Amino acid sequence: MTSAGIDYEPVIGLEIHVQLRTTTKMFCGCELSFGDPPNVHTCPVCLGLPGALPVVNARAVHFATMIGLALGCEIAPRSLFHRKNYFYPDSPKGYQISQYDVPICSGGRLGDVRIHRVHLEEDAAKLVHVGTSGRIHGADRSVVDFNRCGTPLVEIVTEPDIRSPAQAHEWLALLRVTLRQLGVSDVNMEEGSLRCDANVSVRPVGSGQLGTKTELKNMNSFRFLERGVAAEIARQTELLRGGREVVQETLHFDPASGTLTSLRSKEEAHDYRYFPEPDLVPLLVSGEMLAAARAEVPELPAARAARYERELGLHPDRARDLAFRADRAAYFERALASAPDGLGAVELANWIPQLVERIGSDADPSESRVSPEALAALAAMVVSRQASRDAAREVLRTLVAEGGDPRAVVEREGLGALSDDGGLADLVARAIAADPDAADKVAAGNMKAIGPLVGFVMRETKGRADGGEVTRLIREQLAVR
Amino acid sequence: MSELIELSAAQAVARLRAREIDASELFEAYRERAAADELNAFTWVASAAPEPVADTALCGVPVAVKDLFCTEGVPSQAGSRILEGYRPPYTATVVARLAAAGAPLLGKTNQDEFAMGSSNENSGFGPVLNPWDRSRVPGGSSGGSAAAVAAGLAPWAIGTDTGGSIRQPAALCGLVGVKPTYGACSRYGMIAFASSLDQAGPLTRDVTDAALLLSHMVGHDPMDSTSVAFPEPITLPSAEDLRGLRFGVPEELLGDQAGAGIEPGVRASFEATLALAEELGAEVDTCRLPHAPHALSAYYLIAPAEASANLARFDGVRYGSRVAGDRDLETMYSETRAAGFGPEVKRRIMLGTYALSSGYYDAFYGTALKVRTKIAEDFREAFRRFDFVVTPTSPWTAFPLGSKTDDPLAMYLNDFCTVPMPLAGIPAISLPSGLADGLPVGFQLAGPAFSENRLLEAAHALERAIGFDGSRARA
Amino acid sequence: MARLARLRLDDREVERMAAELSKVLDHVARVRELDLKGVPPTSHAVDMAGVMRADEPRPSLPVDVVLAAAPEPVDGGFGVPSPGPGGE
Repeated sequence: MTSAGIDYEPVIGLEIHVQLRTTTKMFCGCELSFGDPPNVHTCPVCLGLPGALPVVNARAVHFATMIGLALGCEIAPRSLFHRKNYFYPDSPKGYQISQYDVPICSGGRLGDVRIHRVHLEEDAAKLVHVGTSGRIHGADRSVVDFNRCGTPLVEIVTEPDIRSPAQAHEWLALLRVTLRQLGVSDVNMEEGSLRCDANVSVRPVGSGQLGTKTELKNMNSFRFLERGVAAEIARQTELLRGGREVVQETLHFDPASGTLTSLRSKEEAHDYRYFPEPDLVPLLVSGEMLAAARAEVPELPAARAARYERELGLHPDRARDLAFRADRAAYFERALASAPDGLGAVELANWIPQLVERIGSDADPSESRVSPEALAALAAMVVSRQASRDAAREVLRTLVAEGGDPRAVVEREGLGALSDDGGLADLVARAIAADPDAADKVAAGNMKAIGPLVGFVMRETKGRADGGEVTRLIREQLAVR
Repeated sequence: MSELIELSAAQAVARLRAREIDASELFEAYRERAAADELNAFTWVASAAPEPVADTALCGVPVAVKDLFCTEGVPSQAGSRILEGYRPPYTATVVARLAAAGAPLLGKTNQDEFAMGSSNENSGFGPVLNPWDRSRVPGGSSGGSAAAVAAGLAPWAIGTDTGGSIRQPAALCGLVGVKPTYGACSRYGMIAFASSLDQAGPLTRDVTDAALLLSHMVGHDPMDSTSVAFPEPITLPSAEDLRGLRFGVPEELLGDQAGAGIEPGVRASFEATLALAEELGAEVDTCRLPHAPHALSAYYLIAPAEASANLARFDGVRYGSRVAGDRDLETMYSETRAAGFGPEVKRRIMLGTYALSSGYYDAFYGTALKVRTKIAEDFREAFRRFDFVVTPTSPWTAFPLGSKTDDPLAMYLNDFCTVPMPLAGIPAISLPSGLADGLPVGFQLAGPAFSENRLLEAAHALERAIGFDGSRARA
Repeated sequence: MARLARLRLDDREVERMAAELSKVLDHVARVRELDLKGVPPTSHAVDMAGVMRADEPRPSLPVDVVLAAAPEPVDGGFGVPSPGPGGE
């Protein structure tokens, strides 16, 4: 029996850890820390000193509730914290306070992926490898810094609904913009405020059963996630094609070599011995807390993209491009508010990528020199044929560099469109006279031949003429219907 | 000098307030006695009285504090070698509250390691001797606090009770001990044994002192999520009779079969106290606590399970002793913990780890949590008919050092009458009911949550009628 | 079990502890004889819920105090043997 001929499909689920942007830690009053010297944001609680006790940060619960609502989850009115026991130097108490069988949020959906659960927990300390340079000579040392320890985290677990590395990438990007829009986290993968593990398995196409899965840990960029998952799918597929089995294990993806290495040997299977955290009482989310969280959940990217499509008639790609970036969406909506009659949303939206191209895709357009009102005015000038499309691109370049009113720029630079009474008809007549061959073909109905005629006019006007108007005049003068 | 020592704490407060005696003299009198301790009751004694604070409720009457309460800059070792010399950077809420109320720290008292024990023989710093008979144990785990107060080395002390660790040593040393309602006293800064059971409470010479000390210990603490605001002030008791009160004697703990392990002298003292209670106007009848016989089992699953996690932080990374630091991480962990923990602590860590491990959780820990539900229900049911449930505190009087150390299970059975109350979170008080063969016997009353004032009143009336004299242990 | 609890026990200790624990376990296992179907577990005797604190900072400890009891202070942190791959 050989399985070489079978096609396999991947089944991918993600587990995402998100650091919440509260002022203080999950269970103590130490401020969150970013790039400080080690152990300056620590206290008896987050150092796990004997006798210290945790107290839940209300804002962390508020943020978790907002996330749950944004992901369409059911919010548990009463949930529990558990202790997850394991020894490691990054875990000062020897256990992590997390949620186990009764999490704060369960069920839900974002885009085309279902959410299994969302729960609250605390982050671990940072372990820095220092090699053999420590106090004890010849021994390999690490140093523990507890600044990060106790930072509030939510863990978001998806259902295994993802079917390709690209989809994983795309969905994680959607999650990130959603969380960014909520304002609950910095969601920066490089800095570790957004961390992603992936559960990957493959199965014969059409099979309803799940294969043995492996867990890929901490891929710290979108690119690594995509590459790591792809590498693991390839590895598993090859194993199965070769008649071998996938072993359930935790893997680490090394982006430098593109290889996957096993993190844990089999006899080290963890027994976390979860039990209800006796130092905490059940967590309640009251009706008031729920209402407060709901009031702070803004229109989210997916909903906004749908609205742009439905109400404004934007192409789906353009709608997502704008909606998934809060800064672009805000800019677009301000420009739309100032758009004069006759300027449609679709036409206006087409100008945003052109602006983004000039200011750089990371920049917030609202912080550029081009005000939304100016961009709307420029787009309106094109629609009303006061400026040609090419001229308007010139004007935009000037606006990005200097700012100002597009109308003034057009006037100053003499970029106003040449219309019929500006001698355009005479120029068209000269173009026809200069290329009788082309004129004959056009007159005979071969519209492909119109190019040289239009090109003549554009050259003569240095692009200020409106292409549509030029075409109209050519047809008129050659009596083409 | 000896006259100062013979004053109860409440009497000393009254004399200090009237300026008949001097606070620094009182402190020094006790400090000298504590420093000359021959019972191994103290692990650390203050070198001098702190600056007196004017106008405080407790006027400077010093207090001895069980080692496991964190006290800033002062050794806080919880009776364990793994914390030898550890001086925490903060002070437990209860100790800070007492200091603010005018009860400065006299010293830290010896205890069973991490409060695991009923004889104080499990201390990493050696056993404590019972001042009534130095060949016998003072009980545990708050054995140092009990011995210190009984011997007049301290006017009063605080301890902690998880399964009887205040009440049992109080009984064996002829003192009053109170285990308050769970949540009444903050646990912040108390080195944890079993978090859902641990409660701080007073060990004192009489009921009035217990009420006075407890009144300054209770109160809501925002640093402890399980802390509750006590619904009323703790007041000094004045009752002289027990009219209208109903005492329930649980047949599951004291019936012919269950009570077979109770020493005759203890039973006689218990019966005599019941007769006295009736004379004072109480009704005494048999009550039912159907699940009480399983309380010990539930307790010895729940407490070790929680302890196995609570003691995981002692890993040689941030504080405490470290062994094999130049070896690999796993070796450092295992060697540090093997060297730092005593045998009883290791036993309970193993028991707790087992009870929580996958495949056994439901059968052991999960079942124990359900038994706990039934025990709390049993008490609620009993308190519909009775004001208090009463038992002997301990089935035995103080036993000879070393007589039970070879049989852990036999030692655990000592907690038979004291473990049901912490499982239900309810308060209980132990007071001396007399002597059996020259050794003190304890009588326990348990009431519903937050019934401390009523318990103290009833204990006060009994105490007057019993007329126990503990002065011999101070001689 | 000892490995899970990070306790090194020598052979004699293992033998002795196994005997003691099995005696204790035999005793405590009696709870399993009870009919507890449908009984909810109690992890806390007090009926409390929803205890939280405001997200307001409290002072942290000075670093020298944090490291005062450290067996191996290194550059403001706690030195440990480097763990192998694994952990969390």
